[in-house]
Amino acid sequence: MNDKHHRLVSMANQISQFFESRPTEEERVGGVADHIIRFWDPRMRKAILEHLAAGGDGLRDNARRAIERLAAAQQPA
Amino acid sequence: MNPNKEADFGTPQRHSTRLVTLSIDGHSVTVPAGTSVMHAALASGIDIPKLCATDTLEAFGSCRVCLVEIENRKGYPASCTTPAEEGMKVHTQTAKLGDLRRGVMELYMSDHPADCRDHAGSGTCEMHGVAHDVGLTEVRYESGRTHLAAKVDASNPYFQFDPAKCIVCSRCVRACDDIQGTFALTVEGRAFDSRIVVSADEPFLDSECVSCGACVQACPTDALVEKSVVEMGAPDRVISTTCAYCGVGCGFRAEMKGDELVRMVPEKAAKANHGHSCVKGRFAWTYATHQDRMTKPMIRERITDPWRVVSWDEALQRAATEFRRIQDKYGRGAIGGITSSRCSNEETYLVQKMVRAAFGNNNVDTCARVCHSPTGYGLKTTIGESAGTQDFDSIDRADVIIVMGANPTDAHPVFGSRLKQRVREGMKVIVIDPRAIDLVRVPNVEAAYHLATKPGTNVAILNALAHVVVTEGLAKEAYVRERCEWPAYEAWRTFISDPAQSPEAMEAVTGVPAAQVRGAARLYAQAGNAAIYYGLGVTEHSQGSTAVMGIANLAMVTGNVGRIGVGINPLRGQNNVQGSCDMGSFPHELPGYRHIGDDVVRKQFEDDWKVTLDPEPGLRIPNMFDAAHDGSFRALYCQGEDIAQSDPNTAHVTAALRAMECVVVQDIFLNETAKYAHVFLPGTSFLEKDGTFTNSERRVSRIRKVMEPLCGMADWEVTCALSKALGYPMDYAHPSEIMDEIARLTPTFTGVSYKLIDELGSIQWPCNEAAPEGTPTMHIGEFVRGKGQFIVTEYVPTDEKVTRRYPLLMTTGRILSQYNVGAQTRRTANVAWYAEDLLEIHPHDAEDRGIRDGDAVGVASRAGETVLRARVTERVQPGVVYTTFHFPEAGSNVLTTENSDWATNCPEYKVTAVQVSRAAQPSDWQKQFQRFSDEQVGLAEQATEALAR
Repeated sequence: MNDKHHRLVSMANQISQFFESRPTEEERVGGVADHIIRFWDPRMRKAILEHLAAGGDGLRDNARRAIERLAAAQQPA
Repeated sequence: MNPNKEADFGTPQRHSTRLVTLSIDGHSVTVPAGTSVMHAALASGIDIPKLCATDTLEAFGSCRVCLVEIENRKGYPASCTTPAEEGMKVHTQTAKLGDLRRGVMELYMSDHPADCRDHAGSGTCEMHGVAHDVGLTEVRYESGRTHLAAKVDASNPYFQFDPAKCIVCSRCVRACDDIQGTFALTVEGRAFDSRIVVSADEPFLDSECVSCGACVQACPTDALVEKSVVEMGAPDRVISTTCAYCGVGCGFRAEMKGDELVRMVPEKAAKANHGHSCVKGRFAWTYATHQDRMTKPMIRERITDPWRVVSWDEALQRAATEFRRIQDKYGRGAIGGITSSRCSNEETYLVQKMVRAAFGNNNVDTCARVCHSPTGYGLKTTIGESAGTQDFDSIDRADVIIVMGANPTDAHPVFGSRLKQRVREGMKVIVIDPRAIDLVRVPNVEAAYHLATKPGTNVAILNALAHVVVTEGLAKEAYVRERCEWPAYEAWRTFISDPAQSPEAMEAVTGVPAAQVRGAARLYAQAGNAAIYYGLGVTEHSQGSTAVMGIANLAMVTGNVGRIGVGINPLRGQNNVQGSCDMGSFPHELPGYRHIGDDVVRKQFEDDWKVTLDPEPGLRIPNMFDAAHDGSFRALYCQGEDIAQSDPNTAHVTAALRAMECVVVQDIFLNETAKYAHVFLPGTSFLEKDGTFTNSERRVSRIRKVMEPLCGMADWEVTCALSKALGYPMDYAHPSEIMDEIARLTPTFTGVSYKLIDELGSIQWPCNEAAPEGTPTMHIGEFVRGKGQFIVTEYVPTDEKVTRRYPLLMTTGRILSQYNVGAQTRRTANVAWYAEDLLEIHPHDAEDRGIRDGDAVGVASRAGETVLRARVTERVQPGVVYTTFHFPEAGSNVLTTENSDWATNCPEYKVTAVQVSRAAQPSDWQKQFQRFSDEQVGLAEQATEALAR
């Protein structure tokens, strides 16, 4: 993992840890995904999606699912 | 009497619903019960001479000049100590009173330098005015003993004390005690031998005096007078303005002689400070004309090149051309801008507008990123608005307050003094801080509880406090049911009631004995009015936003939001932190905290600005550095902020700056960031411009120009010129027009205008149709978001952990005499009190390492290493060290890491694992810093010398 991806994984995991105490799956995963959409510059989102595509090493389970959700939203219907 | 002085009614104003009517010299006067005869007379335009009385202090009744006659009463009572009563008939001018007053004044003047007004004084000595008013024409006692040969104490860099001019009226003593709360002055001796003594009869500079200036302001003679007044003479005109230092935002009167500023005097009418000040605002303004001021635009190709002084046009064209070249090559998002909380609302608004409209992206951020951004996230989430809930006056009605992660007596000194006044009046304080700040225990002030947490455990302690409230039945559930989202509360209640959140369970984490936590929680929850004041010790953590939400949870569950005397009060570090955030300086938010992705809001701005805006959030400051490292961010416009000194992990920041192809810095000095710049645009100090600042209470106050910009252009004009060079002209004739645009586009500012601020003195937003004169207390009846939202705040330990290699936790903060990166205060005489950053270390930790007070010590963290001098003190607990970040060569931020708040990327300045050991020489970083810094100063000097040739 390069420094850039390491930093973004760390940030995503931190966000995830906050939302993991939410009562529903939707809030746990959706909270992370929404936070990343609302606060991350597109190049940061692109980089974390690239990291996911490369295996997503280091991502907490909840963070991974949130980023998978972001990836799915990018796929054409 | 000095015509420039604010009106002085002799004794404080009283507030009562009961009114009394009396006759003064035949005039019928009606005043609130409790008002003194003196105040009633003076407020009605009837003059009574006075010396020991001033309306910022309670009456003392010692000078015997303000005597009056009252019908059907014996004697000649002092009007200052006599309350007005219904039907009272008062006479202020009679032959007998004239005789008495002349007799008293003759005695005073017999021991007062006759020339004080003409030569060595300010012309502001009230003695001569009073002597004239009472008709004193001669003094018959000139051959007796006097104090005229007493020695002047000129030790303080800003003011002097001449005992020969002192009449021992005690105004200075009372100001120090009652207003400032330092108790540095006293009257020693009796009768003729009585004199003012500082601390243990020490010179002012060596004493516990904090140089707030209250004594100087209170002195009716020139015994205590500013040295600038002695040197320059009495001011002849006044301009009201606002201090440019901390988030208190004190109102000041800039007293001028011609075009020169003689002194800054705190304004009694200013609602943030009510006539009080601190050593920074009162005296440390001379940096504005310091020889280091940069006043010419400069450019260079590489940072190793000498600077070249150029015209404004050439500098702005270079910046614009480079920005466009870089965007063409690397993409629209390759450039961005950073503003500072030291800039005005109008300036920060313009920068974010230029970035969004002319740069065409949202890569704009402000230094609030690295201080209070978690406040924005946390309060917006829980109560719906990114701002404190109260005004400062609210503390007068508080019974209990929590001060968490803030050190008001150093960082917000005027509010700190007020807080101490309230403690002396009986208000209880709970301090939550790893360090024993002054409020924990100083003479006359002692906290009810000091919860000395381990750094990084704020969420744990907040949860433990809330656990006690909920499990001991202290929650105000009726309030919660009415005001908050009940299902969210129930979920939170389940979480917080778990024994895992109890003080006993958390004791090992926080280091705070459970019994103390339980006691503090009960005190807070059962107070009639309880308020929370917090600072960067809450926000600058990996869980900064969570802690802010924890604070909101605690306030809501105890029913302590939505009325006077309670609330959630972030103490902002710099003067315009609140304002810079309000103005849309964050990359994801337009002015008024509205997300850039909101199509309706964005359209409103697009229509007004006549441009299409990018709907995606931009880079935050730490993201900009990361992007510079990976090559996608190549140019920066940095206005008024010194990221190379203030941001964490200096090596990472400076490497990012070196990686950029064009760094444009706009500042009043060649600051640390400017040493990495390619274009330097000279800036203006707060004395050189018009605008507004918004303080911690959401109070919008005017800054008024008292001298012309040394560089020829105001900062807002420079931003407009740069934007024009980029092809996006922004035309304004005056900053008031910028505020008009802000008001037009920001719902919470709809009613704000310079005209209204001038009428009201200041305005607390929201100011709109619903609140045409502003809003001192928010969330009355209903939260801004509708229902308050409880948030589950799970404690997550920081990744920054102590190890064998780094066994101590370092936390950072501020000191009274210095401000932020010190660019301003280091260039004033404030260095007399603090000339270098020191490392506080507990005696046990010092002894373990063979460190003595004053030793040079190496401090090493995972990020870097520096050398500081040690101050061995029990202020810090074992295992914790503390330092400040005011001096660039100290390199405090060489040590801090890139760890940051999960929600906002606010750096975790407050928790860095370090090792400390004795050192014999500066660190490698410091040697390298000094070489680079000397080289850069030399390159700038070459430019100046070339210009002179």
